[in-house]
Amino acid sequence: MASDEETSRPFAGLSNVSISEEIPVEGDITVPTGPSTRDDEFSTLDEPVKETVLRDLRAVGKKFIHVMYPKRSSALLRDWDLWGPLLLCVTLALLLQGGAADSDDQGGPQFAEVFVIIWFGSIVITLNSKLLGGTISFFQSLCVLGYCIMPLTLALVVCRIILLGGTGIVSFSVRLAVVTASFGWSTFASTAFLADSQLSNRKALVIYPVFLFYFVIGWMILTFSPGN
Amino acid sequence: MSAGPGGRNSEPWGGFDEPLIQGSGGSAVIDMENMDDTSGSSFEDVGEMHQRMKEEEEVSEEAAAAEDDGADDGEFLGMKGIKGQLGRQVADEVWQAGKRQASKAFNLYANIDILRPYFDVEPSQVRSRLVDSMVPVRLITFPQKVAGELYGPLMLVFTLVAILLHGMKTSGTVIREGTLMGTAIGTCFGYWLGVSSFIFFLAYLVNAQITLLQMLSLLGYGLFGHCVVLLVTYNIHFHSLFYGLWLLIGGLSTLRMVAVLLSRTVGQTPRLLLCGTLALLHMSFLLYLHFSYHRIVEGLLDSLEGPALAPMGRVARDVHEVTLNLSSSSLGTLLRAH
Repeated sequence: MASDEETSRPFAGLSNVSISEEIPVEGDITVPTGPSTRDDEFSTLDEPVKETVLRDLRAVGKKFIHVMYPKRSSALLRDWDLWGPLLLCVTLALLLQGGAADSDDQGGPQFAEVFVIIWFGSIVITLNSKLLGGTISFFQSLCVLGYCIMPLTLALVVCRIILLGGTGIVSFSVRLAVVTASFGWSTFASTAFLADSQLSNRKALVIYPVFLFYFVIGWMILTFSPGN
Repeated sequence: MSAGPGGRNSEPWGGFDEPLIQGSGGSAVIDMENMDDTSGSSFEDVGEMHQRMKEEEEVSEEAAAAEDDGADDGEFLGMKGIKGQLGRQVADEVWQAGKRQASKAFNLYANIDILRPYFDVEPSQVRSRLVDSMVPVRLITFPQKVAGELYGPLMLVFTLVAILLHGMKTSGTVIREGTLMGTAIGTCFGYWLGVSSFIFFLAYLVNAQITLLQMLSLLGYGLFGHCVVLLVTYNIHFHSLFYGLWLLIGGLSTLRMVAVLLSRTVGQTPRLLLCGTLALLHMSFLLYLHFSYHRIVEGLLDSLEGPALAPMGRVARDVHEVTLNLSSSSLGTLLRAH
């Protein structure tokens, strides 16, 4: 008891401390900002342009490699960028232009059409996966879907090379095989990234629109025939 | 307990000169006296607190900026000094207010969470609803349950778009103004949204018990039959096969929708009006989708080297040849006259 009183005595005076209204309690607590050298570390304005461009290109290249060998890694998701999808979209649209039966009015899918299909389709799939309760963000999903178009673009290049050799039943079946394989690869690659962000029992609901999207693109590639 | 402006660094226990919080300015001051007992357990309170913290941060940032400006302009503020500082402050406040308004409006209208409950489905539910859309119900005296979800109908409309695109491609459709994709999307979405709204309007007139969401859902699932029929008949071009499938599968899905509507309407005339309209529109849409991209196939197959498909029926090319001959002969007479 005595020891309690002894220990409580240093704090005895504080038990009835009250702040009267007459004493103005004021002041400002300002937190000193961190050392300014931190800004210099992250400022990339002073580096040469070549370095900036090379850094972005290296990031894009790394993501392409991730798509080629789809593993369940989160590197594609963490630093998303839309350079790769833009490059692939433009390549696809340029290669698909100028091929059709009639060449006077409509030459197959026009440049703008391919663009609209890819971006509109990606946006719809992203909204769908978000509405189904996905944890992936809008731009991350756009990034994944765009990068996974790469196998289909490669298939288009291969198809154009095959078409140089003529259009017949053999070339059609070879093209069909190539496009089907790349379509399967694209769908598999994108599900490796997207399906992880979904609840396990709703994966099929998210994968179906992706399947449809790549199917439409694959169909556009397969039915492409160059004009005279 | 009073803390003067300059005195805090002289405290024996080191005061506040250690950087407690790294990073940009703005202090988070939580006034413990104002917290309720229930705070921290409800989202509203936490949200309010967060909002207040943000506002305090903004206010303190503005005050700090104003103070800095005041200090920069020096003790003696000439006319330019006052205008500069005031102008900057006003512009800053206008910007902050505008940003707050815009973000509030954006959060209100562009919030996709409004649609979230309509997408709350499981794959097994979607599968069972797809199968049920082909099975007409027998009980029409009791209002049938219609699921109000939008995932299935939306996916079916997109599937129809893809199938239509395939049909247009194989038939070599030439679209003069617009694009293939635009036409396909416009047709399918236009049908789904337009006919649903029209039937909902009619239902509203005859006092049937169906909401717009239920109508969208019903018609969307009714497109499943269309998808199946078109998928088969765009690849296998037999007229009799198409007519058979049109009656069978189209008829089944129409009967299902009609039965659901019948169960929710009272009175003979309203029932006839509503269900007759729906049946007519639904069946004729399938006819339209098939035939508008089918006749062209017959004409083109002879003139072009397409993939190996069995040529069918009458060829419409004769008409083209006649017009070509006519035009060339008329041109010839014109030239000879001069």
